[in-house]
Amino acid sequence: MSRAITNRRKTITTIAAWTIGLLIFFPIMWTILTSFKTEAEAIADPPSLLLFEWTTENYGVVFERSNYAKFLWNSIIIAVGSTLVGLLIAIPSAWSMAFVPGRRTKDVLMWMLSTKMMPAVGVLYPIVILARNSGLFDTHFLLVLVLMLMNLPIIIWMLYTYFKEIPVDILEAARMDGANLKSELIYVLAPMALPGIASTMLLNIILAWNEAFWTLNLTTVDAAPLTAFIASYSSPEGLFYAKLSAASTMAIAPILIMGWFSQKQLVRGLTFGAVK
Amino acid sequence: MATQQSRSLAKLMNAPAVLMLLLWMLVPLCMTIYFSFLDYRPLRGVYEWADGFENYSRFLSSSSFTSSVMVTLIMVGGILAITVIGGVFLAMLLDQPIWGQGIVRILVIAPFFVMPTVSALVWKNMFMNPVNGLFAYIWKFFGAQPVDWLSQAPLFSIIWIVSWQWLPFATLILLTAFQSLDSEQLEAAEIDGANSVSRFFYIALPHLSRAITVVILIQTIFLLSIFAEIFVTTNGAFGTRSLTYLVYQRVLESQNIGLGSAGGIIAVILANIVALFLMRAVGKNLDR
Repeated sequence: MSRAITNRRKTITTIAAWTIGLLIFFPIMWTILTSFKTEAEAIADPPSLLLFEWTTENYGVVFERSNYAKFLWNSIIIAVGSTLVGLLIAIPSAWSMAFVPGRRTKDVLMWMLSTKMMPAVGVLYPIVILARNSGLFDTHFLLVLVLMLMNLPIIIWMLYTYFKEIPVDILEAARMDGANLKSELIYVLAPMALPGIASTMLLNIILAWNEAFWTLNLTTVDAAPLTAFIASYSSPEGLFYAKLSAASTMAIAPILIMGWFSQKQLVRGLTFGAVK
Repeated sequence: MATQQSRSLAKLMNAPAVLMLLLWMLVPLCMTIYFSFLDYRPLRGVYEWADGFENYSRFLSSSSFTSSVMVTLIMVGGILAITVIGGVFLAMLLDQPIWGQGIVRILVIAPFFVMPTVSALVWKNMFMNPVNGLFAYIWKFFGAQPVDWLSQAPLFSIIWIVSWQWLPFATLILLTAFQSLDSEQLEAAEIDGANSVSRFFYIALPHLSRAITVVILIQTIFLLSIFAEIFVTTNGAFGTRSLTYLVYQRVLESQNIGLGSAGGIIAVILANIVALFLMRAVGKNLDR
């Protein structure tokens, strides 16, 4: 095959890939662009792609009028909180299963995974009732707890697959050299496990941030995160395209950026190691 | 080798996770099973035992159950078809040498990170709205009558929105699988005179079959419980009421707890049938 043909082929595939990529990304780009338009220009006929009066007033309005900061704060608490608590419980669990596997370890792992398969709607009413009766409905504590439990199997599985890759020989060598459990953890395991823990954390913040079944059904005002805030725009009087776009852009921007960093871990985390 | 001491320590370290998941799974599920045998309608003050499996037989024989199963099947099937077929082609394209591959990858993966309520609302208002939506402008530009997507083709619209969110997932996983394909095998086939079509069907596709299975199973699990997209766009109207949404409405909107709980248990059973296959696929991998 001559070089010219390869180059021509590369040009064609490049054009095709970029066209499809831009089409797929277009709704997001359109939302971001609309957020910088005035309301009149957002529904102008014909719509303009770039040649409009750029304004940032929508962001100010969204912040002032709708208590946006509170929803944002709730999202952060729920996503980060549930992930950190989840890690606290999952790290010892995954560590023990990866390094001291017993006869039942595989069954336990599979069972944990199976809890993730239960459709949330099957336990909707009991959870709502338990939340109401305990006075925890619409609190950060409840959302952190529920989302932590929902994602716990994924956290454990991801950590398990990472820990599994740490060579056991190194641990044994450390033990031979007289390292006790504490120094084994701090000096041997932690440095090798940290990257895996970091990517697990990233993916789970994303999952918790975007969760929209429990957050919609277990909150009303006090603990409602951005998912609920955006859903409130679906009522007819909320039809302000530019402001809707500004609110949406702010709701997805942090996660988009985090997501781009964690694309590789996404495959591992969401297929439970079944695709490598 | 692990000592007796480290074994009991390991059990202790695993205990909190196991206990919490056990409680999380058993307590609410047992409550739902209990409720499913009650005639419990709090708005009317009714709280008594139902007649045996009455709730189950009523739920299963109602026309809304049959239609919700149809809606669920069409929705999940449509989304799977679009994302898997689209994902295979997209992954194949992205696997080729192209300029700016990293950036294209980022563009393609982005929709997966958009929260469901945002993507549903953006599509609903800014694209599918019959007056101000972008599709309406495009239709008018070509002299066609704008379509009110969410009332004229509601099921298709929801399939479209959710497919947009899940296509990146399928693409990313299939791309990972493509990249582990042995290029020497492909080159050997090429030298032996196999054209690109037969190379695709006889080498690439069999190699992908495992990844495709995983994509289908995982997506099915998630897609069976699509909620926010229906909640925001049609609220279950216009024949878009899936099984999940039907149970949600029975339980929280019409407050017929007994009937809704029976529906919830049926949803759990159906999801577990799918889950069984997924677990088998994942379990095989653990042995390796």
